[in-house]
Amino acid sequence: MNIPFLRSVGHLLLCMVVIASAGLTLPGCTQKPTQETHLPYLGEPELVASTAGAAPDTVPYTVPSFTLTNQDRQTITNQTFAGKVYVTDFFFATCPSICPKMQSELLRVYEQFKGNPNVLFLSHTIDPAHDSIPVLRDYAERLGIKDASRWHFATAPHDTIFALARAYMTAAQVDKGVVGGYAHSGTFALIDSHRRIRGLYDGMEKTEVDRLIKELPELLKEEANARATAAK
Amino acid sequence: MVLGLAVALGLNGCFTERRNEGAQLYASHCANCHGEQGQGLKRLIPPVAASDYVAQHRADLPCLIRKGMRGVVVVNGVEYNQVMPGHDDLTDSQIANLLNFVQQNWGNKNQAYTIHEASELLGHCNGSDGQ
Ligand code: HEC
Repeated sequence: MNIPFLRSVGHLLLCMVVIASAGLTLPGCTQKPTQETHLPYLGEPELVASTAGAAPDTVPYTVPSFTLTNQDRQTITNQTFAGKVYVTDFFFATCPSICPKMQSELLRVYEQFKGNPNVLFLSHTIDPAHDSIPVLRDYAERLGIKDASRWHFATAPHDTIFALARAYMTAAQVDKGVVGGYAHSGTFALIDSHRRIRGLYDGMEKTEVDRLIKELPELLKEEANARATAAK
Repeated sequence: MVLGLAVALGLNGCFTERRNEGAQLYASHCANCHGEQGQGLKRLIPPVAASDYVAQHRADLPCLIRKGMRGVVVVNGVEYNQVMPGHDDLTDSQIANLLNFVQQNWGNKNQAYTIHEASELLGHCNGSDGQ
């Protein structure tokens, strides 16, 4: 689904240019793309061997398997997010710089979608030594999040978290040179129900977060269409 | 932030603009946590807008900014318990300007500090840099 998609985007772009310049529809452009807007697949695609000597196929990058523990001491895995889309970020409770702003921006997104059980939130602590489960629970409650199944505040061993931060393309690393001891970017990642990264947003920029709020429904629509097609 | 600082520093010479320095410093050093309008964040970060704490702890505020704060604190009847980092990157006069901005905006109407007074109060926590 990826390659044809990329091609069709290519065609679409080409068509738009041609249409814009020529002002008419050319034969090659009559095939309408099925989706008007389609969020990109981010990350390095993987090559997969295809059958009988054909050129290898590619599939979009997917987030690896993970096992975390949330503020209710529940184990959460990729399965927890099956059939859902989710927004994820990396923070820590005592973060002196960007986290409060970032979490208040994520809260803004949460407020918009809290009525929709197909949208989940996952905040990872990058300071698991300090952010014990009681600390995470306290943090979540203070932020006004009572339902852990909608917004997970999760922890795992340090290395697991940092590997995941890389996997979600939201760089986080220990940096003794910065206040608080961690450098991290405040990026929000939007993940679809097939573990694919569909958007990256700077959680410190209101306009970027507005873009997330606008794009999330596009992804939900795509997911709903896919479900409808699969049900046929 | 760098830009904000640069702007704030560039305005140092002019008295009327110095009032503006407080707003600039607030935006670059405090707004991420306390909010652009001083509103705070839920029960995580207390408001500095219309804060009874700000009104009642005037003499402690310069050291609070310099050294930060941790532990349980009640602001406007709500209990908070997080960590506020200290600020070694502000001069005494910047702290005075910053606090004067806070003390006279967003529903706070408290007495301003002179720079001399701010330095003196900062002396209580060995936090004065004499500038
Ligand atoms: C990293 C986030 C953070 C930053 C940056 C920060 N604060 Fe705070 N501030 C807090 C927290 C958290 C508390 C409450 C601490 C506690 O629970 O003991 C607090 C408490 C306060 C209080 C006393 C309670 C109240 O709200 O009246 C004042 C005044 C205050 N901060 C002003 C400032 C000013 C001015 C700045 C900018 C120089 C600043 N803070 C920067 C997080 C922050």
